[in-house]
Amino acid sequence: MRYIEPHAHMVSRTTDDYQSMVVAGCKAVCEPAFWAGFDRSSVNGFYDYFCQLTDYEPKRSAKFGLPHFSWLCINPKESEDLVLAREVIAMIPDFLDRENVLGIGEIGLNKNSRNEHTILEEHVNLAAENNQLILVHTPHLEDKLKGTKLIVDLIKNDSRIDPGRVLIDHVEEHTVKYVMDAGMWGGLTLYPESKCTSPRAIDILEAYGADRLWMNSACDWGVSVPLAVPYAAQEMRRRGYDDDILDKVFFQNPMKFLSQCENFTVRG
Amino acid sequence: MLTPKEKQNSVELYFMESRAKLIDIAAFMDRVERDGLTDDFRYQAFLDALKELHSEKRAENVLVSLSDPTAEPIPAATTKAACGAWPEKPK
Repeated sequence: MRYIEPHAHMVSRTTDDYQSMVVAGCKAVCEPAFWAGFDRSSVNGFYDYFCQLTDYEPKRSAKFGLPHFSWLCINPKESEDLVLAREVIAMIPDFLDRENVLGIGEIGLNKNSRNEHTILEEHVNLAAENNQLILVHTPHLEDKLKGTKLIVDLIKNDSRIDPGRVLIDHVEEHTVKYVMDAGMWGGLTLYPESKCTSPRAIDILEAYGADRLWMNSACDWGVSVPLAVPYAAQEMRRRGYDDDILDKVFFQNPMKFLSQCENFTVRG
Repeated sequence: MLTPKEKQNSVELYFMESRAKLIDIAAFMDRVERDGLTDDFRYQAFLDALKELHSEKRAENVLVSLSDPTAEPIPAATTKAACGAWPEKPK
């Protein structure tokens, strides 16, 4: 089968992971900017990270024949510091013309604080002013429901944003309806303990349809599985789904959303 | 809605896996009780969430039960981590 990995933090992964993904049928990998596991001490740390995402990592990926794309932002875990966050946001336009950049992401909320909310709003404004796609991280565990509502409401209130150009990631059974009803896309993240297991992700597809949902591994430096997407495809086969449906869910759906950015060109 | 062309028997597919998870939950509860930790707010939230197994939309309602029900942003983030249950839930 062929698939697109629409959310993976490959800077945290090994070359073995690239090799396994390509062998499993991965045709492109997309990497949102995220938290490094520690707070950067200055805007210069983000400058270096954006260079890594738009220059070094695509070259590393290309060694395995895998096209690499990236999203840029300051993640919500580091948005509590408004001064730093605004310095980073001011720098992002300098990187938007890099050829592998897809848009602004993964922005969003973490603990649903006022400062996180302010920086989310400023990221959305940046996307609107520069006609960029938006990829949104929703909070973890007990904070997800409230955070998803705050995020969806904030974006809906900005009339410049086409909801079909927004993907709200890490949806689960209690948040997916808000996203679908708003006309946005949803991401189902496949994690061993938090977020969704493969059977639950498929349950959500069965309840809400496969038109505006994709699956991703969001593999990073924590407990995560870089091959979670092809494993989920195998789970769908166990349930009786044929190759046409698998191709729609795992290749055509991410292709449809991501192709709204002209930088996203992938050969099937 | 999405349905497979050849729908499989979900009990055949998932009973053994779910049986194992159910026994793990039972063993977890035994362990917490044995260790005298039943007052922990996370365990109390866990017990509350179990009640949702008798509702419709069980997965959705379990998740809602473990969620922060408030609507306004908090003044400031004092931690980056989530713990899986809302600490301020009334006992």
